[in-house]
Amino acid sequence: MSYMKTLLAGCTALALSTGGALAQDGDTKVIGVSIPAATHGWAGGMNFHAQQTVERLEKVYPQLDFVLATASDPGKQVNDIEDMVATRNIDALVVLPFESDPLTPPVQAVAESGAWVTVVDRGLSIPGIEDLYVAGDNPGFGRVSGEYMVSQMPDGGKIVVLRGIPTTIDNERVEGFQQAIEGSGIEIVDMEHGNWNRDDSFNVMQDFLSKHPQLDAVWASDDDMAVGVLAAIDAAGRDDVKFVLGGAGMKEMIKRVMDGDSMIPADVTYPPSMIATAIELTAVGLTSNAPVSGTFTIGSVLITSDNAEQFYYPDSPF
Amino acid sequence: MMATETAARKPRKALPSMSVLGPVIALVLLIVVGTALNSNFLSAANITNVLARSAFIGIIAVGMTFVITAGGLDLSVGSMAAFIAGLMILVMNAALPVLGIGIPIILLGMAVALVAGIAAGLLNGFLITTLGIEAFIVTLGSMGIYRSLVTWLADGGTLSLDFGLRTFYRPVYFGGLFGISWPIIVFALAVIVGEVLMSRARFGRHCAAIGSNESVAHYSNVNVNRTRLLTYAMLGMLVGVATIMYVPRLGSASASTGVLWELEAIAAVIIGGTILKGGFGRVWGTVIGVLILSMIDNILNLTDLVSPYLNGAIQGVIIILAVILQREAKAKG
Repeated sequence: MSYMKTLLAGCTALALSTGGALAQDGDTKVIGVSIPAATHGWAGGMNFHAQQTVERLEKVYPQLDFVLATASDPGKQVNDIEDMVATRNIDALVVLPFESDPLTPPVQAVAESGAWVTVVDRGLSIPGIEDLYVAGDNPGFGRVSGEYMVSQMPDGGKIVVLRGIPTTIDNERVEGFQQAIEGSGIEIVDMEHGNWNRDDSFNVMQDFLSKHPQLDAVWASDDDMAVGVLAAIDAAGRDDVKFVLGGAGMKEMIKRVMDGDSMIPADVTYPPSMIATAIELTAVGLTSNAPVSGTFTIGSVLITSDNAEQFYYPDSPF
Repeated sequence: MMATETAARKPRKALPSMSVLGPVIALVLLIVVGTALNSNFLSAANITNVLARSAFIGIIAVGMTFVITAGGLDLSVGSMAAFIAGLMILVMNAALPVLGIGIPIILLGMAVALVAGIAAGLLNGFLITTLGIEAFIVTLGSMGIYRSLVTWLADGGTLSLDFGLRTFYRPVYFGGLFGISWPIIVFALAVIVGEVLMSRARFGRHCAAIGSNESVAHYSNVNVNRTRLLTYAMLGMLVGVATIMYVPRLGSASASTGVLWELEAIAAVIIGGTILKGGFGRVWGTVIGVLILSMIDNILNLTDLVSPYLNGAIQGVIIILAVILQREAKAKG
């Protein structure tokens, strides 16, 4: 009997959901969201904010339907987008491309089919495909970090830099940083890739500490890398390094800034919640007459103990 | 098959020194280069750093030597380490209100790591031996499963050990006996036990026999499935041991923990002279392989000779050279 019930309930649910899907082409619009999977801290935060925003907007706009897909590599992301177009007939696509080049043709195809396209963070290889570009400011991220270093070390000093995974993002940040510290007397004595990874940055920092007997500060350029750097400095028992500047806005690091930790006096944002901005603006564009096309740049902000509270999200995984 | 194996092995017995010397020469060359490039290279602090960070891959590679010698392969060890680290952190954090900070909670964490490691190894081994599925496929599958599980456990972010607990547990990585840090001691113990098992015990001979010819080993009354299962279980246990050393270092685990450890472990085993197809293995060679790999990284960080973009290329060249040194030696013999 109970088997029958479950079966019946299942059938009804199935019928309802198919019915719902069929009925949607009248007045319901579908927004597809395609993002990289949570393979590191920042992406984890971005996934968290994407899910939260989708849940909230589904309540705010009953006429909107959302499809959220996470991909662990560029190939899978291309498949996701093709599936969204083929099976869900999306009216808009919000995409944070895994890599620019492989994602450009499929996103272009979506744009040509007439759907609205919002690109987040990483731009496509061909300009002008997207209707809206919500961009993080990588050169600005480097510049704000560099300016902070200069303000903290007016007499100059020796620093080491940990870089991320070799990408355009990383290059833009480092160039912005170098321009900002130019002529300030701050000397970058060494730079290596820590790959935005705690373990790698721990190893690199251990070796930097063996190589350089005197360092004044570290630009870890990322909060995950700052964790590894701090552990290495701690283990070596060195007290010449006065502070470590990370970046991105991991909640543990913001907490330390809030608490006035002298080793982590500041942080620079590169908010994973920019995905929320993109989804929100796209929803506004689909449901109202407000124009939202163009480029929306999210600036990188310096977080110090004065404003840290505003950037602290204890519930986010990042 | 058997004929070529014996033919290939005879010269090695006749002139063992060259094939044995191959990896050793590579290691000595690296040490000479390292010392010439940076005077800090041979400092006690740097040597401790290099050995301690080699310990994770090293302990795992000792187990991998047995798996490969017996003709198997395990791609899941890196993900497995990440998963076990995540599990350990979750269990220890959950037990904190009951047990408080102290030795018991650390022992609980260690027990969790060992049990989880052995269970994961037995599962791999069971699927490979009893169900007869290709080792490559089984462990490729479990690699994806453990990687996803740790991402899921961490909700896409990072699992962190309670701060007080981490401070208490820290000496397991950073502390030591007589100035030698714990990871180095544990690594050395694993190597000694492994070397004895491989070259002196029946288990090692059985592994080599299975790897060189499964049917002959079977007809010679070697329990093929049980021996293979044991190699995977042992590797799983050693992954657990490596994780016990890993967690106190940064006190966290995330989806990026242990990425590519499996390939580093396999590379170390092969550089050390173990045959990828199975049938012959040596644990001390694996140690040399592990040291070569982590020393390359260390030297590249200590010098500014090459662009950091080329680090991977340098590594690749040295790995291939180390293996060529052995092949040439064999051809000559």
